Amino acid sequence: MSISDLSPLGAQGGSHVRAVHDEFHGDLLEVSMGPHHPSTHGVFRMIVTLDGETIVKLKPVFGYLHRNHEKLGENTSYLGSMPYTDRLDYLCSMTNNWAYAIAVEKLAGQPVPERAEYVRVILAEITRLLNHTCLAGFLMQDLGCSGTPLMYAFREREKILDLFESLSGSRMMCNYQRFGGCRVDPSADWLEGAKQLTDGYGQFLDEFEALLTGNEIIMARTQGTGVLSPELAVAAGVTGPMLRATGVNYDLRKTDAYGVYPRFDFRVPLGAHGDVYDRYMVRVLEMRESIKILQQALAGIPAGPIMDPKAKLRGFRPKAGEAYGRIEGPKGEIGFYLVSDGSPNPYRYRVRAPSFINLTILEDMCLGQTVADAVIILGSVDIVLGEVDR
Amino acid sequence: MLGSGLIQGLAVTAKNLVGSFHDPARYTNVEYPEVKTKLPEAYRNFPFLVTESASDPMGTLRCVACQICEKECPPQCIYIEKSKDKKPDATGKMQLFPAVFDIDTSVCMSCQICVEVCPFDAIKMDQVFEVATTSRFEALLLNRNQLAKPNTYYHSIHPTEAAEVDGRLAAERKAAEEKAKAAAAAKAAAAAAPKSATAAASATPPSTTPTPKPPAAPSAEAPKPPTPAA
Repeated sequence: MSISDLSPLGAQGGSHVRAVHDEFHGDLLEVSMGPHHPSTHGVFRMIVTLDGETIVKLKPVFGYLHRNHEKLGENTSYLGSMPYTDRLDYLCSMTNNWAYAIAVEKLAGQPVPERAEYVRVILAEITRLLNHTCLAGFLMQDLGCSGTPLMYAFREREKILDLFESLSGSRMMCNYQRFGGCRVDPSADWLEGAKQLTDGYGQFLDEFEALLTGNEIIMARTQGTGVLSPELAVAAGVTGPMLRATGVNYDLRKTDAYGVYPRFDFRVPLGAHGDVYDRYMVRVLEMRESIKILQQALAGIPAGPIMDPKAKLRGFRPKAGEAYGRIEGPKGEIGFYLVSDGSPNPYRYRVRAPSFINLTILEDMCLGQTVADAVIILGSVDIVLGEVDR
Repeated sequence: MLGSGLIQGLAVTAKNLVGSFHDPARYTNVEYPEVKTKLPEAYRNFPFLVTESASDPMGTLRCVACQICEKECPPQCIYIEKSKDKKPDATGKMQLFPAVFDIDTSVCMSCQICVEVCPFDAIKMDQVFEVATTSRFEALLLNRNQLAKPNTYYHSIHPTEAAEVDGRLAAERKAAEEKAKAAAAAKAAAAAAPKSATAAASATPPSTTPTPKPPAAPSAEAPKPPTPAA
């Protein structure tokens, strides 16, 4: 029986479990997982068709958290969109801010002082630590290790959020980057705090890996689960750790070399199998590389202004044109496409959301797997619904 | 050996469990309502309006109802109505003031953009976070009486930033006073000058005599608003 034979099932939905009679294969079950399901990381729904416990069809349904983000961006000033970008991927507001600032700076031809570039790199790498630590915790929660790894991850996350709070004033909605620099100059105390965090993080990763990486149950559950081929990943536009876990060497920090990244010595970890375990390992290794970048950036941060003195805060009107700014966010390539018609608002404001694009291949990874595997495959994609639905 | 990874993980858990009784780094909880952590100075929550005096908050609002924050606020939670009459501000200049200044805190997202764009240092971020109410509408819509808080309060929550703002305002006040003094001197000089000029050349037609209007006076009266902090 092929998938097309299942079309009479339709997808009109409702939260129900429906049995479909099939003479040869017994009953197929259509199960609606979500939108209110503890494993879906938010309001996300998967209509899963099951043959026994095996998935034969999976239809993702998005849009429950749609907030009109892109239309709002066209109706607010360039500055006014900055706090909204915090709310896309609410774990990584610093990188969202940076990607948007890069897009506007490209549009307006606005230079950025060197110190601000260093601060941006430091914050982006701390955000990467934050995101990957949380993801590893959530993934283990999805696997059924209820509590322990997630709580360890959140203990470290708390330290990072304290740093963000003392710098930007908010734990998650940082609203920190500005066009032509950063809003506040980090004090020497803050940089010292960031250094302490960086120095202590390796120890935490050692502990975290001792807890998880060699665990036989985790290996049995994740190795060979949700395999994604490099060809499909590239064809679908998958980016970030998802793509690198399949073995494709593509990291915007290396290929685009934006900001001051070319000055730092770091490697891009690659996976070999493209399964859930590789995705977990790639993220752990990326965190170790982030620590290296952080140590170099914190040692080399120059003195100087944090904002370009000519940068405008109010009445910002870039000349007509278009620009696409992108960075390597923790989840993949986060990009903002802006079209200006010379007015204070962008004519078009478009977000390239990595978790949305990485989620489109969910069905291909889940076919032939069990329901319990679908949960960890979704967990390993690393989605935040604020960004998926926008 | 199969299972060694499991045992290693359990050892980590055991270490943390035992450590939580001895090592403060492993016991990170704070018993919240009884014990409160100190907020960082930069912490921000809903905005408030700065007043010069605690005894007369409505008479000493720094806000001049320029409505810049109303225009810039991304979720548009600020509503301002200008006053009909004027009152003297901190530098002694007659200014408008907000007859109505409402902030809907159910809409406000504490993004701080109103603070950044304000050229008068009149609106600042507060640090209150226990703002739960039983009513959904009235209690969350704050009017200017509820929003007004004295400068001393601002000093108590953001000491570094407030000292910087006070220094800047004091410098502006001084500059304005000096300018006024210079203008007064110029006025006196100008008043003296036409006398001697008319005495020297009384035949000059009045249309060509320099008007004794002091050119410095308007600029002394209107000190240029400080450029918003970049």
